[in-house]
Amino acid sequence: MTAEILLASLQISTPELILAVGALALLMIGVFSGDRSAPTVTGLAVAILIAAGLWLVLVPVEGEAFGGVFILDPFSRFMKVIALIGSITAMVMTVGNARSEQLDRFEFPVLLVLATLGMMLLISANDLIAVYLGLELMSLALYVVAAINRDSLRSTEAGLKYFVLGALSSGMLLYGMSLIYGFTGNTGLDNIAAVLTAETRSLGVVFGLVFMLAGLAFKISAVPFHMWTPDVYEGAPTPVTAFFASGPKVAAMAVLVRVVTEAFMPIFHDWQQVIVFISIASMLLGSFAAIGQRNIKRLMAYSSIGHMGYALVGLASGTETGISGVALYMLIYMVMTLGTFACIMAMRRKDGGAVENIDDLAGLSSTNPFMALVMTALMFSLAGIPPFAGFWAKWFVILPAIEAKLYMLAIIGVLASVVGAYYYIRVIKVMWFDAPTGEFGRTAGELRLVFGLSGLFVTGYVLFGGPVGSAATAAARAFF
Amino acid sequence: MTDWPILSTVTFLPLVGVVLLLLTREDGPFGRRNILNVSLLTTVFTFVVSLFIWIGFDNSNPGFQMVEKHSWLGTGISYHLGVDGISMLFVILTTFLMPFCVLASWESIEKRLKEYMIAFLLLEVVMVGVFVSLDIVLFYVFFEATLVPMFIIIGVWGGKDRVYASYKFFLYTLLGSVLMMVAIMAMYWQAGTTDMTELLKFGFPAGLQTWLWLAFFASFAVKMPMWPVHTWLPDAHVQAPTAGSVILAGVMLKLGGYGFIRFSLAMFPLASDYFAPFVFGLSVLAIIYTSLVALMQEDIKKLIAYSSVAHMGYVTMGIFAANQQGLQGAIFQMLSHGIVSGALFLCVGVIYDRLHTRDIAAYGGLVNNMPKYAVAFMIFTMANVGLPGTSGFVGEFLTIIGVFRVNTWVALFAATGVILSASYALWLYRRVIFGALEKESLKGLLDLSTREKIILYPLAALTIFFGVYPAPVFDATAASVDMLINNYSAALQAAEKLALLVH
Repeated sequence: MTAEILLASLQISTPELILAVGALALLMIGVFSGDRSAPTVTGLAVAILIAAGLWLVLVPVEGEAFGGVFILDPFSRFMKVIALIGSITAMVMTVGNARSEQLDRFEFPVLLVLATLGMMLLISANDLIAVYLGLELMSLALYVVAAINRDSLRSTEAGLKYFVLGALSSGMLLYGMSLIYGFTGNTGLDNIAAVLTAETRSLGVVFGLVFMLAGLAFKISAVPFHMWTPDVYEGAPTPVTAFFASGPKVAAMAVLVRVVTEAFMPIFHDWQQVIVFISIASMLLGSFAAIGQRNIKRLMAYSSIGHMGYALVGLASGTETGISGVALYMLIYMVMTLGTFACIMAMRRKDGGAVENIDDLAGLSSTNPFMALVMTALMFSLAGIPPFAGFWAKWFVILPAIEAKLYMLAIIGVLASVVGAYYYIRVIKVMWFDAPTGEFGRTAGELRLVFGLSGLFVTGYVLFGGPVGSAATAAARAFF
Repeated sequence: MTDWPILSTVTFLPLVGVVLLLLTREDGPFGRRNILNVSLLTTVFTFVVSLFIWIGFDNSNPGFQMVEKHSWLGTGISYHLGVDGISMLFVILTTFLMPFCVLASWESIEKRLKEYMIAFLLLEVVMVGVFVSLDIVLFYVFFEATLVPMFIIIGVWGGKDRVYASYKFFLYTLLGSVLMMVAIMAMYWQAGTTDMTELLKFGFPAGLQTWLWLAFFASFAVKMPMWPVHTWLPDAHVQAPTAGSVILAGVMLKLGGYGFIRFSLAMFPLASDYFAPFVFGLSVLAIIYTSLVALMQEDIKKLIAYSSVAHMGYVTMGIFAANQQGLQGAIFQMLSHGIVSGALFLCVGVIYDRLHTRDIAAYGGLVNNMPKYAVAFMIFTMANVGLPGTSGFVGEFLTIIGVFRVNTWVALFAATGVILSASYALWLYRRVIFGALEKESLKGLLDLSTREKIILYPLAALTIFFGVYPAPVFDATAASVDMLINNYSAALQAAEKLALLVH
């Protein structure tokens, strides 16, 4: 590799370099100045993430790097920006509650930056090895973060559960990759596509494909690999859960999209069946299992399972409009989720104790009208009621499914959304129809900012959704 | 004046009121007064502005008028507004009823008045939006968005079982509409556009029409509501506050009828023709069955709710008769029912505010101390029955004529509904108004206050005016209805010719 090629590669991967170097530097700062430095490290971590994000948005280089292992195209750019926004927001949200959640350690922001680095590598991965490396970097950081509250039984349990099941899924992924490599002789996604044809594909490739999909489905918490989600969501400290629900999902979905559309498009029908199945299963389980939940974090866990099912509806169509629908869905989903988690983090009694039950929201509309209003918009949006953003997200993934004549999938999807609406409007009912049982304490400014912006986004999407939609369309064009 | 986007203005004008309301504070009688004044002014002003739509409307033009079109969301979906003879009067009906809703809530809403008024103004925005949309996705967005404020209105300010009623209302109607969404998508891929003016010209293949018709039917039949999917309506009506019932009966039910005319009949003529007997059957069942059910009700609001279902049966029957009389009658019936049933719910509100019960048995002999009320209630009861000289007669008569031309049996059974409606309505009137004034609780009741007179008298005047002189309505609707019917028969003939050629 000559110096010029290396230089070009470095230029393409500058955001990742910023994060990698930044994370190591932060680690040094933290180690040498102890736990007191946690707020400083958090601030610097946010600055590093913002710097990486700005670079991505402002510097228009694109192309493949490091011999085709790493790719920066409109799709990865779009997804990376979403993932970064998610990470930045989630990190900002931890600031106010860091002490009471026992998150005021300098390792925490460093781990989040490393996890974000993993997401970025994952989104840009153009080779099976790179996929695996990115995934593991992200996951290992997340395992630790889930258990960061060492003194809490629930938190450590969540971390352990996540780790064990995550390791299992990594194993499946790796096994699938090795089968693919064995039967195609390649690890590069483009090279795999080049040697695959629908007629001559061997059973081994299909096996490998299914194993890989299983491993990736685990990361996006799609049924039947969703079991960890409710427990980890509930057990991990709320700011950590907010982080889990945003960036990692986006990154995992991005890599799933890239792997199946780039490497396995020649055997479209083989993976379409699998995606259709996990999509239907996720939508149904996400809708029905959430009905009985009392804990709002568990509710959000099932909600995220359902939403991943909807995002996969777009992927199942395998068309350009479908992929752009998925990209848009992930963006809107992430904004809604972060807003909701900001509201959940604002659920603190005056004495500082956090509460997590849906019933604790009773009468919120009279005690805290602004938060209730935002939460109402978010819930209607999550339920997919127009004119909120969540409706447009559903619209843009189901529309391509109709084009691809996946009528059953679309109909099951919309019917499941009615079932889902039941539990979302229950939250609204608790906030508006029930009498207040107690008041929440003052909401931290940054949380108010996050849910305010999120509420603005979901209600205002009808006004400014055009450019966002075109960005998603441009992103999807990278594959076709 | 011609360039002024009047439809957007009327649609979004209530938002100005919402912003003003957000700035007010609800504390003390003064704050309350402020909120009421702002809401009343906004709704009255919106109504006055909406009258300019009628004034500027060209009766002889069957197409869409006052069209506004802008690209929206950058995906082929457009912000496209316009009215024709079919939709224009519904816009006026909506804006007309809103000030009455505000007036009806003047005293009866005791808690959280500000949020209540905001919900109503938002509801007005989306309801008007449904009628003026010329893009099917825009239509769907408005159509679905009506659920949001109504859910809150029933749930927060409703009666005892408000939670159950609001859930049922929300989920029932949502379930109906999501299938319509899938159908809209299928139409988009078939026709390549979501513009309704294009879709109206696009002939969908016969096989697809059947499926699309069924999907739209699922949505509109629930909204209408048709038997057997009407069960959400009595619950929602009974639990909703008075103004909520007025809007539900007056406007929300019409969204279904409007949808049937605009989409089912105009876009899927072959399927409409195929399914017409099915609709007739359901309509006749609705008319007879729900009238009988209404007879046995003990709750005044529930009785009127069931009578609404029966009257909507005439509307669906008239629409799918698909001829001049049937369709004109259906539109007229919807407008008249909007006024009459709204007025009936307001009448119930008058006595409910005084006694806080809707039990028929709790009343009796009101004519003795509330003569003015008795007269107003009499007029609306008669209009509900369909007495000649009231607006209720014109619509029922025309729809029955319309269906008579298609199927005499349906007309025969539908006509029995007139008798049944007379029995439940008059019986209700007798039990509430006539008889001896024996109950102690009733003796102290005062007759209509000035506010209540302002509410009921104009509605009574309109009911009689349109009963005697319905021409303004027919003039406005005639051209568009003609065109629709012509296109409809042309489509059927073309299909017949094709079938002959194949054989």
